[in-house]
Amino acid sequence: MSYAADLIILIGALFALLGALGVLRFPDVYTRLHAASKAGPLGVGLILVGAGLHSGEPLIVLRVLLGLLFLILVSPIAAHLLARAALRSGVPSSTSTSINEFTSNH
Amino acid sequence: MTDLVLDGAYVLLAVAMLMAVIRVLRGPTLADRILGLDLATTLAVGLIAIFAVTVRQWLYLDIAIALALVGFVASAAFARYLISQRHQ
Repeated sequence: MSYAADLIILIGALFALLGALGVLRFPDVYTRLHAASKAGPLGVGLILVGAGLHSGEPLIVLRVLLGLLFLILVSPIAAHLLARAALRSGVPSSTSTSINEFTSNH
Repeated sequence: MTDLVLDGAYVLLAVAMLMAVIRVLRGPTLADRILGLDLATTLAVGLIAIFAVTVRQWLYLDIAIALALVGFVASAAFARYLISQRHQ
């Protein structure tokens, strides 16, 4: 049980690192948002679940699962809000963007 | 075994936090900085969760979940600010 929790924590930390790497390296806000919203629910969510499994108490596992549910519900909303705000305030997308369906009306 | 994994996870999250801070400092637009701050808050949630395992105090998990709640409100408020800024 402890080994499984360790593995889950390690996978979560790796996902968080990859998300942050995407935030650092991707060319514009919209692609960076794509990377950042994976680091949240997947990376940190897995870390939370692993930490909850380490405790071995059902009540704490339940609480952590509720936290994970909250992350999964809320992270896309936050990413969408920020992308919409960036689009409306006129942040340009990368020059390598081939299709932009928001040029005329947003 | 667990200690080794926890140390590794600390290092991974610290590097990720550093990347988020670099994005906040460098980020060409305000939206990039808001995104970096949001990511830093999320990573702090993960760090607190790992710390809870280190010290075996499971109350810290509640603190991590509460920080996730506050972080969502913060980034939503920042996004509203970004929209309202355009009209001035």
